[in-house]
Amino acid sequence: MRKKSEERTATQPTGEAASALVSELVAHFREKREVLRRQWVEQMTAKGLLAGLTPQETEVESIVIYDTCIACLETGKYDGAQTYATKLAERSVLRGMTTEQAIGGLLTLRDVYGRSLFERYQRDVARLSAALDVYEPVANRILSIVALGFIEEREKVVRQQQEAIRELSTPVLQVRAGLLILPIIGMIDTQRARQLTEQLLRAIRSNRAGVVVIDITGVPAVDSKVANHLLQTVEAARLMGASVIVSGLSPQIAQTLVTIGVDLSKIKAVSDLQGAIDDADRLLGYQVITTERRGSRSHEPRVE
Amino acid sequence: MEVPILKHGPYLIASVQAALSDAALLELRDELVEQVGKFRARGVVLDVTVLDVMDSFTTRTLRAIAHMIRLRGAETVVVGIGPEVAFAMVQLGLTLEGVETALDLEGGLGVLEQRAKGGGDRGR
Amino acid sequence: MADEIRVPIDSEADIVTARQQGRDLAAQIGFSGSDLTLIATAISEVARNIVAYAKRGEILLSHTNQGSKRGIVVVARDEGPGIPDIALAMQDGHSTSRGLGLGLPGARRLMDEFDIVSQVGKGTTIVMKKWAQPHG
Repeated sequence: MRKKSEERTATQPTGEAASALVSELVAHFREKREVLRRQWVEQMTAKGLLAGLTPQETEVESIVIYDTCIACLETGKYDGAQTYATKLAERSVLRGMTTEQAIGGLLTLRDVYGRSLFERYQRDVARLSAALDVYEPVANRILSIVALGFIEEREKVVRQQQEAIRELSTPVLQVRAGLLILPIIGMIDTQRARQLTEQLLRAIRSNRAGVVVIDITGVPAVDSKVANHLLQTVEAARLMGASVIVSGLSPQIAQTLVTIGVDLSKIKAVSDLQGAIDDADRLLGYQVITTERRGSRSHEPRVE
Repeated sequence: MEVPILKHGPYLIASVQAALSDAALLELRDELVEQVGKFRARGVVLDVTVLDVMDSFTTRTLRAIAHMIRLRGAETVVVGIGPEVAFAMVQLGLTLEGVETALDLEGGLGVLEQRAKGGGDRGR
Repeated sequence: MADEIRVPIDSEADIVTARQQGRDLAAQIGFSGSDLTLIATAISEVARNIVAYAKRGEILLSHTNQGSKRGIVVVARDEGPGIPDIALAMQDGHSTSRGLGLGLPGARRLMDEFDIVSQVGKGTTIVMKKWAQPHG
């Protein structure tokens, strides 16, 4: 029967008692490594957390993780956990795992460690309590590191996808030799404007484009900021030897912009896309022939 | 002379080989103007592909070069401004107004030839 | 990566050195290609400013971290005549010398952070920073 006075409250053991206890726990976990590790693998298998891993991979992985956790407990340093977290996160995101799946393995290990402490100290509640006081913060810290690593990796992937979507949503099309069309759809903020400009300039170089048609029919709000972005793009394209025609700028909007002081004289603007392409062709030296049949056009290279 | 100047029919081609100090750029200016006069060149292609930075001084000087060469009856085409440089220039508000530009050497000669044929302003 | 790189600016020939060193450091920090050009151009402009107004000064290049972001710090320092009206000098289109005069406002546009301190008769110190986009 335990005397009341021997019951301890959950306080962190301090100083020498603490480090002695840490050593004791480390020794315990090292001694029980094979037993506990196997228990852990069995439980993970039962939960289906090891799908897709070969037995060899499981063996190696589980040893590494187990030892890394014990090292954190022993040294109080979590570099090993951080390194492992990054690796795990990259791999997990690659395989499309959920957060639960990714850290499910560690959660199971935490339980396995915890249970083994219960088993060891079951006859000594005070000692068990002290052991848990030492063990639990370490376990929680490792779990936080891994969970955070996973989240950061996911955010990185999302950013990459957003970037890819942005690129896809603004394709620069080569219509014919020397002629590029850049249809812009949606709002243009400074970041997007910059990305569009860089994309366009690179396309001018790789396609050796002489004329670019920028179609802004799909841009809902053309204010002075957007107009200035356009002006910059036009000028940058010109520095690379390409002429720019802007289509989709209605006369009304153009008038408004001029009224508020935007200098549109540098922009060659045409209302509709077809008209812009015709102009572009003329600039490039193609002859534009409109035949009798309504709506039919053909473009033939001018014969020198 | 750091920048070799070659004669190509009625035109001169100057290709910048390395980053130019201010003094070297001014030297290039004087050299080009002299050569245009000497060979009665009808045009100059100035290739700045190698320049990774075009700052305010470089831009000013290129405009001055084009201006002085035009006074001698010849046209200048600056070629080789890459995407990053072009972008940086417009961010800085630098323009090469009054100077023809083209993508590369071939493009530059094309511009000069079109002008010679009476192609006139390329509508820019 | 060196802790801090000091480039003395005594003549216009040093402008090229300063921007090339800046470009190299920025590349080590991990900036993208177009950012390298922007940074080199901004350094060129402030270095040019030193040569034009103060005759001599120095450019200090270093790297910095903020959380997981890495950045470059460019300090342009001189003991020249100083700028009497900074607000005016930072206005777009302002120029006290021939030509485009787009140095300071332009450099500010190219970088993410820009601070300038100047005292007439004492000199000018400019601190510019640019942050690299996280990889991915």
